Amino acid sequence: MTTPELESRGRGNAKVMNRFDVTKRLVGRLKDEEAVIGGIGNTNFDLWAAGHRPQNFYMLGSMGLAAPIALGVALAQPKRRVFGLEGDGSLLMQLGCLATIANLKPRNLAIVVMDNASYQITGSQPTATAGAADIVAIARGAGIDKSVWADDESHFERLVDRALAEDGPWLIACRIDQQPAVAQTERDPTMLRDRFMRGLGTRG
Amino acid sequence: MNATASPAGASKIDWPAAIHRQFKSWDVRQVAHVPDAGHKRLIELCQADNAIAVVPLTTEEEGVALLAGAALGGQRGALLMQSSGVGNCVNMLSLPRVCRLPLLMVVTMRGEWGEFNPWQVPMGRNTEAVLELCNVLCFRADSPAEVEPTLEAAARMAFEGPQATAVLLAQKLIGAKSFVK
Repeated sequence: MTTPELESRGRGNAKVMNRFDVTKRLVGRLKDEEAVIGGIGNTNFDLWAAGHRPQNFYMLGSMGLAAPIALGVALAQPKRRVFGLEGDGSLLMQLGCLATIANLKPRNLAIVVMDNASYQITGSQPTATAGAADIVAIARGAGIDKSVWADDESHFERLVDRALAEDGPWLIACRIDQQPAVAQTERDPTMLRDRFMRGLGTRG
Repeated sequence: MNATASPAGASKIDWPAAIHRQFKSWDVRQVAHVPDAGHKRLIELCQADNAIAVVPLTTEEEGVALLAGAALGGQRGALLMQSSGVGNCVNMLSLPRVCRLPLLMVVTMRGEWGEFNPWQVPMGRNTEAVLELCNVLCFRADSPAEVEPTLEAAARMAFEGPQATAVLLAQKLIGAKSFVK
């Protein structure tokens, strides 16, 4: 925990970034057919808007499932890096998955949390992170040691590079603004399934 | 071991080993669970099996998502839970349904046969109906000899469908739990 990237200024001093911009930065650093699982809501829509990749799966149905889906993919595909993208509201619904991930220690898994402290898509009602909850503190408490707030965009990119190069599991949290998503994901579930599986080579 | 041919009678059938044997036969590689006393031996068999990743969950719906990820990533899995856990899965069962992904659940029943704890009865009595409402095909095993063929049938329909199926291991099979001497 002494490397510069893992020494963050913390949630209170993290720059409030833009979700679409941060997502584009993430996707732009993926060069090796890494899998990305988008959680429900604006997190998902901005992943779609950042440019569809065959290795993206879009979970549009139930809150809090992106990280467990990503874990299942990571276990099944140990040589591939897998990212789970989740909003603060969704992750708060399934905090137990952080303990599950910490317990299994999948080396190839990173969770990216977009924290705007609100259920933005339902009218921006505040989540618990608008109060006292700190996602990185929770994740570290669950046992994911490599959990860190991104101080700003360049720090985020360095953290993604670390997650691509070094053993995880990782949790990278970003404070983000209240800008709406810039597009909406296509919703046909079996189409999304097939495209993802073909992107991973698990379906002919 | 051919348990079904045991000359000593049904009570000698090692049905948890039969489930593990079916897992091997179907190349199940991820076994997720919220533990139950009825699953103790099966979990231990899976933990001792280097080809199976055993994933202890914090809640059952996590396993529905995990095994969707397993299927997307090209592996088969199974989800072990007690009947009370079925209630936790309801919303998440939309995922295998709309994406048409395989899901094999193995559910130990409480609240249906000699249950000492009345708090277990409501969910236990509604387990099968809840699963069927969520489009999960249910297959019951009431006796040791039924376990292996039931597991095989449910696994075939899950993995070759693909669809969501559940094997319900009856409380009569497992034995009513008791915390008192």
